Amino acid sequence: MKNRIDKQTLIQAFKASLPTLAGYTVMGIAFGLLLANAGYNFIWAGAMGLIIYGGTMQFVAVDLLSTQASLLQTAFVTFLVHSRHIFYSISMIDKYKDRGKARPYLFYSLTDETYALVNMPPEEGVDKAKYDLYLSILNQIYWICGDMIGALIGSLSIINTEGVDFAMTALFIVIFMEQLMSTHDYVPAVIGIAVAFICLIFFGSENFFLPAMILIVTALLFVRQFRNEETDEDDK
Amino acid sequence: MKMINSILIVLTISVITILLRVGPAWLFPADKPTPKVLVYLSKVMPIAVIGMLIVYCFRETEISTYPHAAPEIIAALMTIVSYLIKRSTIISIFLGTVVYMILVQFVF
Repeated sequence: MKNRIDKQTLIQAFKASLPTLAGYTVMGIAFGLLLANAGYNFIWAGAMGLIIYGGTMQFVAVDLLSTQASLLQTAFVTFLVHSRHIFYSISMIDKYKDRGKARPYLFYSLTDETYALVNMPPEEGVDKAKYDLYLSILNQIYWICGDMIGALIGSLSIINTEGVDFAMTALFIVIFMEQLMSTHDYVPAVIGIAVAFICLIFFGSENFFLPAMILIVTALLFVRQFRNEETDEDDK
Repeated sequence: MKMINSILIVLTISVITILLRVGPAWLFPADKPTPKVLVYLSKVMPIAVIGMLIVYCFRETEISTYPHAAPEIIAALMTIVSYLIKRSTIISIFLGTVVYMILVQFVF
């Protein structure tokens, strides 16, 4: 199967990807700065952008790296932070049915932003299969470039990066607000914050993460029994 | 040793991520319904996990001693208010982070 790059489609995909060009570059740079701050260079940043490719998770990974977390904890944290991708992928199974060799990559590259973009219809007459693939690849290129640029700036130490770790806090605050505004179901949000806070007090800042996550999943499954109608509500 | 452990951490994250993103395509064919508990968890987990991550970010913040978490509170408010006004992820993260950096480097 010899595939030539379709210029028209590439231009269409590039236009659609402009918001992520801005967003991923800035977020990528913030991540790169943070990673360099923890003592890892641009090769690490680029590799993580390539084989992890997830904003939130890569920020958390900086913490896992600097505390040299156990692999069990790492696996568990990754599962929880990325569990929403199960839902994204499931909802794309039908749409990505006949994509041949590109299929695994299309699923792998379904970040929040890419998921949103491939679900917006392109202009008439565009080859959707190629368009989705180009869009997915372009987004990941922006992300990897941002990651590496940030790590390079960070390791040059031309600027004092003390406090740059607040980028992670700010990212989570914004995502949290965004999710609060798009739902009427505040129970999971309250469970997340309350359980984490209680665990922080009981287990201390070093050890609360794992028990907090286990208890959050338990609590979410527990409350599910009492609120079956709401689980059918579709807000995506 | 630290190097090897770091590589293993990155690889672990990568493998779990790939399983979560590509796995469903193998496990759940388009014509079969997805287990309800999975659909439920994938809907309610994101906001709960992000809530927990916010608490996680503030885990080392000392409120009882000077400067009584003032940089954190000011920067967080900056992020929240700017997001309410502009609804732009990039602007809010940028503002919050820059304000925080200035506060911890020059003010407190």
